[in-house]
Amino acid sequence: MAATEIARQAGEGARAVPLAGHVGFDSMPDQLVNKSVNHGFCFNILCVGETGLGKSTLMDTLFNTKFEGEPTQHNQPGVQLKSNTYELQESNVRLKLTVVNTVGFGDQINKEDSYKSIVEFIDTQFEAYLQEELKIKRTLHSYHDTRIHACLYFIAPTGHSLKSLDLVTMKKLDSKVNIIPIIAKSDAISKSELTKFKIKITSELVSNGVQIYQFPTDDETVAEINSTMNGHLPFAVVGSTEEVKIGNKMVKARQYPWGTVQVENENHCDFVKLREMLIRVNMEDLREQTHTRHYELYRRCKLEEMGFKDTDPDCKPFSLQETYEAKRNEFMGDLQKKEEEMRQMFVQRVKEKEAELKEAEKELHEKFDRLKKLHQDEKKKLEDKKKSLDDELNGFKQKKTAAELLQSQAQQAGGSTTLKRDKERKN
Amino acid sequence: MVYPLVLTSCQVEKTVPGPGMGDFSYVGIDAILEQMRRKAMKQGFELNIMVVGQSGLGKSTLMNTLFKSKVSRKSVQATSQEKIPKTIHIKSVSHDIEEKGVRMKLTVIDTPGFGDQINNENCWQPIMKFINAQYEQYLQEEININRKKRIPDSRVHCCIYFIPPTGHCLRPLDVEFMRRLSKVVNIVPVIAKADTLTLEERDFFKQKIREELRANGIDVYPQKEFDEDAEDRMINDKIREMIPFAVVGSDQEYQVNGRRLLGRKTKWGTIEVENIAHCEFAYLRDLLIRTHMENIKDITSSIHYEVYRVRRLNENNTAVAHANGLPQHHMTSHEM
Repeated sequence: MAATEIARQAGEGARAVPLAGHVGFDSMPDQLVNKSVNHGFCFNILCVGETGLGKSTLMDTLFNTKFEGEPTQHNQPGVQLKSNTYELQESNVRLKLTVVNTVGFGDQINKEDSYKSIVEFIDTQFEAYLQEELKIKRTLHSYHDTRIHACLYFIAPTGHSLKSLDLVTMKKLDSKVNIIPIIAKSDAISKSELTKFKIKITSELVSNGVQIYQFPTDDETVAEINSTMNGHLPFAVVGSTEEVKIGNKMVKARQYPWGTVQVENENHCDFVKLREMLIRVNMEDLREQTHTRHYELYRRCKLEEMGFKDTDPDCKPFSLQETYEAKRNEFMGDLQKKEEEMRQMFVQRVKEKEAELKEAEKELHEKFDRLKKLHQDEKKKLEDKKKSLDDELNGFKQKKTAAELLQSQAQQAGGSTTLKRDKERKN
Repeated sequence: MVYPLVLTSCQVEKTVPGPGMGDFSYVGIDAILEQMRRKAMKQGFELNIMVVGQSGLGKSTLMNTLFKSKVSRKSVQATSQEKIPKTIHIKSVSHDIEEKGVRMKLTVIDTPGFGDQINNENCWQPIMKFINAQYEQYLQEEININRKKRIPDSRVHCCIYFIPPTGHCLRPLDVEFMRRLSKVVNIVPVIAKADTLTLEERDFFKQKIREELRANGIDVYPQKEFDEDAEDRMINDKIREMIPFAVVGSDQEYQVNGRRLLGRKTKWGTIEVENIAHCEFAYLRDLLIRTHMENIKDITSSIHYEVYRVRRLNENNTAVAHANGLPQHHMTSHEM
């Protein structure tokens, strides 16, 4: 019953008002940080590179722990992605770190499809997040984010240029994830070769239009360091978890007969730079870029692919919903049609089979009848034969009795004859 | 067919030793806090507060006192003469304030005309409509295909409800309003113009109010069910003991004991606004701004907004289903 007037004054260009004293909302960043600390952070790194380039060792060195896993074999039939989650804690910060390793990358004879499993994996993570975001009852607050925040691409230290596999893979990944290329096992390249190699790599990346991750330079506090670091890409790293005594300190290093490569010595390799950039300076930016750029792009493409369009200014709200309903009905309709077809086919087949079986049954019956008839005929024949044999037997018996009778008669007569003969003889 | 994903998630607790054990064992994970802080400072914060109460309870003055500047609607309007409006208006004013490098966009939403008519039935409706409209706007933006990088947050984070200092108990209007609105927004009830109550009367009044809130099942901020852990509960229990805060607002300074303080000067003494022995303004300010601002915004976005979203998506689901002649089904996830 009460009418409302919503008068919004100075909407976007709100007036700046000076404060006459200390209000206290400067504690907001602290509140935000405290909440995040309670919640914990998560960070997901994808390591892409050929087997044997030192990916696992580098992860161990970066995070200063021994992650599990033995070195993988070289005879994988296809590229697999192995993901491991670890909970690290430093002072009061809890980090859920997920390291995804590509197993068998670059080992096959035909490497055309190598990048596909990686792209699929990244898309699956985006998909999971999108599903969660689109749910009706969702728990985004406590959702374990598995989207890849940074992709470390390991380049083999050939010293010449990028391999075509590298170019193709990086081109496919650059719009899906923040790529940070690094030159692995860089203690195999000398300093001068290294500079040439880096220049070659960057020029190849630029000429092929590969967009690698650029450290952000819009915040004054880190702009300077980030822009210098941008010039050092790709980082030439050496990883090692073994410690060697140099001077009076134990440092991580690789020991050769001709010298020791110190991992954390900036003159020897760019490991420190990588660690600085990846963890200490830009971790949050990497996460933000993943969410606001790559994920949004994926989401947009996915939804547009499904046929959703944004609402027009004066259109009904939730065309997303309605389009979805329409699509769903279409899909259900299709499904039903297919089901019907299949059912028809099934019924048909059953009919055919039944007819066949009936035929077979009829045949069997006929056969049975025939056999029975045959059997009966045989039986009759046998009986006839039996009868004739019986008759014969009877005849024979009769003859036999007659013969015996005759014989006995004859004997009697013979006996008397014999007697007569005997009498005659006697006489 | 080679399945590309082999997930072996092992949760291994590895404590990385902090700095101080030689630089080589310090990874630098906790530098992320600094990065977050920098990002927050660059982005700035947004806060939207709504004040609801009858005319003459000192809402605008309190806002000015809270933020120590002229942020209320009255200070922005040209006309100083205030006619009691015949209907409820909702007027919102935005300001950019900055303190020690932290920038904040503060929006004060005023509701002149609330509770001022003779027949106050459904006077909460326009306010609820406004709050829901903000949720709707946010939802629309969130659902867009092409969304902005940072969705502008105009959702009402906190609603300060002014209770007139009768000294007896809550009026039916207060109960009705708070009952309905505590479900959609964080309500912080305050006793306005508390300088008309003595300390005993104040305590009695507060007790009565708390009883009535409990009896009517009204959950004001900080809500008991959203306490995250024991520590939170302890802190919030202390606050819940003090609700509603008895406040006095003033934007005029007076000389007291050689210091210039905000206060109200009367013939029998000067009430110092920031003196906790006089009134509880300081507690309110600490709650709202210094300690619980992030929590208030969090509850708004992850609980109140989500409730609205669930309801909205479900009801649209029904509407569309009916339009298509299909039985109602529960959409838990999209088929992609």
